[in-house]
Amino acid sequence: MATSSVSKGCFVFKPNFKKRKISVPVGDYFNKGKNESEDGKLRFETYQLIWQQMKSETEQLQEELNKNLFSSLIEFLQKSCSGFQKNSRDWGCQIKLREIPTAALILGVNVTDHDLTFRSLTEALQNNVTPYVVTLQAKDCPDIKHFLQKLASQLMGCCVDEDSKEGNIQVAQKKTHCSMDSLSSWYMNVTQKTDPKMPRKKRTSSSQWQSPPVVLILKDMESFTTKVLQDFIIISSQHLHEFPLILIFGIATSPIIIHRLLPHAVSSLLCIELFQSLSCKEHLTTVLDKLLLTTQFPFKLSEKVLQILTNIFLYHDFSIQNFIKGLQLSLLEHFYSQPLSVLCCNLPEAKRRINFLSDNQCENIRRLPSFRRYVEKQASEKQVALLTDDRSLKEETQSLLENLHVYHSNYFLVLRCLHQFTSSLPKYPLGRQIRELYCTCLEKNIWDSEEYVSALQLLREYLLPPETQPLHEVVYFSAAHTLREHLNAAPRIALHTALNNPYYYLKNEALKSEEGCIPNVAPDICIAYKLHLECSRLINLVDWSEAFATVVTAAEKMDASSVTSEERNEIIHARFIRAVSELELLGFIKPTKQKTDHVARLTWGGC
Amino acid sequence: MMSKLELKEDKIMEVQFVGDDDVLNHILDREGGAKLKKERAQLLVNPKKIIKKPEYDLEEDDQEVLKDQNYVEVLGRDIQESLKNGSAADGGNKVYSFQNRKHSEKMAKLASELANTPRKNVSFGLKNDPEIMINIPQCSKEHSASDKVQLKKSDKSELLSAAPSGLRKRLIGPRSQSDSESEYSASNSEDDDGVAQECEEDTDEVTMSQKSPSQNKAMSAPVCKETPSKKMKRDKTSDLVEEYFEAHSSSKVLTSDRTLQKLKRAKLDQQTLRNLLGKVSPSFSAELKQLNQQYEQLFHKWMLQLRLGFNIVLYGLGSKRDLLERFRTSVLQDSIHVVINGFFPGISVKSILNSVTEEVLDHMGTFRSALDQLDWIVNKFKEDSSLELFLLIHNLDSQMLRGDKSQQIIGQLSSLRNIYLIASIDHLNAPLMWDHAKQSLYNWLWYETTTYSPYTEETSYENSLLVKQSGSLPLSSLIHVLRSLTPNARGIFRLLIKYQLDNQDNPSYIGFSFQDFYQQCREAFLVNSDLTLRAQLTEFRDHKLLRTKKGTDGVEYLLIPVDSGTLREFLEKEEEES
Repeated sequence: MATSSVSKGCFVFKPNFKKRKISVPVGDYFNKGKNESEDGKLRFETYQLIWQQMKSETEQLQEELNKNLFSSLIEFLQKSCSGFQKNSRDWGCQIKLREIPTAALILGVNVTDHDLTFRSLTEALQNNVTPYVVTLQAKDCPDIKHFLQKLASQLMGCCVDEDSKEGNIQVAQKKTHCSMDSLSSWYMNVTQKTDPKMPRKKRTSSSQWQSPPVVLILKDMESFTTKVLQDFIIISSQHLHEFPLILIFGIATSPIIIHRLLPHAVSSLLCIELFQSLSCKEHLTTVLDKLLLTTQFPFKLSEKVLQILTNIFLYHDFSIQNFIKGLQLSLLEHFYSQPLSVLCCNLPEAKRRINFLSDNQCENIRRLPSFRRYVEKQASEKQVALLTDDRSLKEETQSLLENLHVYHSNYFLVLRCLHQFTSSLPKYPLGRQIRELYCTCLEKNIWDSEEYVSALQLLREYLLPPETQPLHEVVYFSAAHTLREHLNAAPRIALHTALNNPYYYLKNEALKSEEGCIPNVAPDICIAYKLHLECSRLINLVDWSEAFATVVTAAEKMDASSVTSEERNEIIHARFIRAVSELELLGFIKPTKQKTDHVARLTWGGC
Repeated sequence: MMSKLELKEDKIMEVQFVGDDDVLNHILDREGGAKLKKERAQLLVNPKKIIKKPEYDLEEDDQEVLKDQNYVEVLGRDIQESLKNGSAADGGNKVYSFQNRKHSEKMAKLASELANTPRKNVSFGLKNDPEIMINIPQCSKEHSASDKVQLKKSDKSELLSAAPSGLRKRLIGPRSQSDSESEYSASNSEDDDGVAQECEEDTDEVTMSQKSPSQNKAMSAPVCKETPSKKMKRDKTSDLVEEYFEAHSSSKVLTSDRTLQKLKRAKLDQQTLRNLLGKVSPSFSAELKQLNQQYEQLFHKWMLQLRLGFNIVLYGLGSKRDLLERFRTSVLQDSIHVVINGFFPGISVKSILNSVTEEVLDHMGTFRSALDQLDWIVNKFKEDSSLELFLLIHNLDSQMLRGDKSQQIIGQLSSLRNIYLIASIDHLNAPLMWDHAKQSLYNWLWYETTTYSPYTEETSYENSLLVKQSGSLPLSSLIHVLRSLTPNARGIFRLLIKYQLDNQDNPSYIGFSFQDFYQQCREAFLVNSDLTLRAQLTEFRDHKLLRTKKGTDGVEYLLIPVDSGTLREFLEKEEEES
């Protein structure tokens, strides 16, 4: 094999340049390797269009949601800047001058979403407050030296666009030794240098102050070592008059952490104000509202899929980003696996596309369960027409799609009404969030549920589950298991199943067995695994090997023995060695020195 | 109350805002008249189209609905559930439940049971049918006989004898219980009593730990000083918990004392192992082929998903190396890609970064740290969007790569828009490497690819307990180093090897004395002064191919610190080539 060697582990393959130039467009992979590739190109384009729209919608949403938070943060920063500016001799101001203005930003546990927030925060600050915004992460700052180095290099990087290439050289020089003194002198330099340019260059409001503050964002406050934080705060408070610093702490847990990390002597050097970001649950509600509970996007999720996505969110990570990823995968899978998804676009376009459907696609429509149900209810002449004549089928499809669209418009409207009615009822019989109500409505007839209040019977005909609608398959993605498999996989269970029940994967009758048992013809590793389950913490290799040999010999008994028994034994021993090494690789056992020729089990329980 | 909806179609209804006064009037109106709720509603909402409720049935989906319901419920309780079918679902319970305490003899017992029954469950076959018990198959008789022989030889073999005797007892004993698991433990406790009496050296504590849970409870009560009432309250779960700590607290573990030395074939070297395994005819090849074909159909989908910003991770039992290799050869031929063998013992994140900077990006400079290097790569890929790179990592969870820093760096690489990562993991606890932050960097799509293929390559580097250290690594480095030397230097080294091999059976051999060696080299026209020889030797020493030692007589002795098997192999290879 070209990729195996005893002397190296990385193998680079570079095709010659000519070949490389014709790189395959992504869309080609959409059609390749499957039987059903009707309208593949169009489907892929539609996928990309819808995904782009959804993505920009969520980004916009995020911006809007952060607006309030950011504006109050900016207000705070501006207020504290003006504190720096005032050359007041007022005693109160003097005291305040010793305190570093600090914004504690409570962001919640969904750390994966923080990056995006910080990115837009940086942008907002640079536009409104100061060009000097630096973001540090705990992993880059194991000690105060690295801390200052990172700070300096980023800070000096900030002004590179103004000072052109000079800054770069400076960075390279400064990297070796860095102190607060050098930072302050650099700051003096920069602010003085830029001043005369002011009238010439058109500048943002960021320079409205003579000396714009330096904003330092600590992304993950909790992960910083106490020592580094304390030292930095003490040092910088001494230099505050010449280096106007403002801190922003990103906090995932609770504000108490500040006092746990910093002793009173240090925290008294900070002038802390708390800011709370929007809770991720509210964020999710808004995302759902804008992406799914709307006719703006034709694509819809079935109840099961939505359940899985919200459950991953609520029980695993609270991450909006992951939720969006799940949505993207659903979208991709839908367009990939459903040939009729070509009609999953806005109504006028879909109507246009119906006219160009191929014969195969017409057949696909006829095969849809929802369409079959619909046809069965029609008069017999119409049935014949729908099943035999493509033209009448297309006409009917157009009107059905239109109906589906109307169904959705009414559906979401009524759903919101119902939610308004019920969301403030005591005990929340239909859920507190609209997504809960939505799930219930998707799943079954809402009026069949006990919780449903009889007074709201009117809503009945508008909240029919989507499965009742002909052609719902075109816009609904319902392969919940695919989603679960690819997003929320359970590798440990897969291993367990493969080892315990090989028949699940290898459909050979010889492998069929009763629950909890394994036939002796099973793969070696399964047998060794099954035997090792019978041991406690330590396993004697000799016992294990003999037990293994007993089983395997019995399985081979029927074979014509062309080889000598000695050789056979050797082969069996080799097979045992292989099985044991594989179990070691998989992490079930490890060598131990507790007892000669023993291995230790690393699992407790059935697996 | 509600926002207004634009009227596109006349069928779409509209909801209007109704002021409080109007509502009040409306309610008063209703109270006055005998009108029903329906009318009020009509005033509020103006439905122009009534969608009838069609009858539908979801029979085909019923099963899936049930399963998914199950999943959702279980997920809610934060327990992992099934992947696909019922058997896997049961698996979930087993994976996360506690086990019953195991006894050393159980393995032998299970083995003979499995051996006895080629197809079916033993306990089922034997349970109601005592006659079968008499027909103990040949092999298990042999097995117990050989055990007995060993019993006579060995002093400490009481434990060992328990295995066959236990087997016999179990076979003869009553078989009323239907549950096979409880059946074993019942018979076990009987055996254990016997064993405990035989083992006089064993402390009470160990004896106790051998008891089945019910007996154990009674005996341990006074020791634990528990009040009876408290004991009564203990439920099943706490028993299990107690068992766990019992099994893990006591330092003594009861296993037999047999060692591999007593077996004739103790350790095999890598080559013999490979030869032996080559003779094994593969079973279930048709089914395995089918499995693989199933996965191969996903290649294009993987490519699509990789290109759209996801990364792909493969999991499941069996080596995924061949599968990924086929993926590479079938769809990656025309793109730049790097294959990384995570299982290679010398792999490091630095070497991965190096191959990207040096070989992919043709950069010759050096970097102060891995993070600098990463930054450089990231910038390079961000600048040039036409640049595309596929990373194939076999065993991303290997010993060398599973560290936090390595994972962080690889994750950051993989999060780049134009770097595509497809990786495999095998270790049971591999997913624990990734916290939420790293998971979001990786942006994984998980694919189960259970192949049952042997992990030949992956385990070949490991110094497994049962495999002799083969020395394949020194051999290759030997070849690499010597290829870079002059013919004369190679000649010098060959001379030393030959002399060492000639003396390999001499136990008092401590090396080739420098003077004698110089003499021989001169005679072979390899060197002309002892200075040139010394210069050569320094080079060998730098490559750790040579060790010098001063003997008691003050003479310098030269020795190659490589075992003779490797040296001989090296000479053979050299001869083949020349």
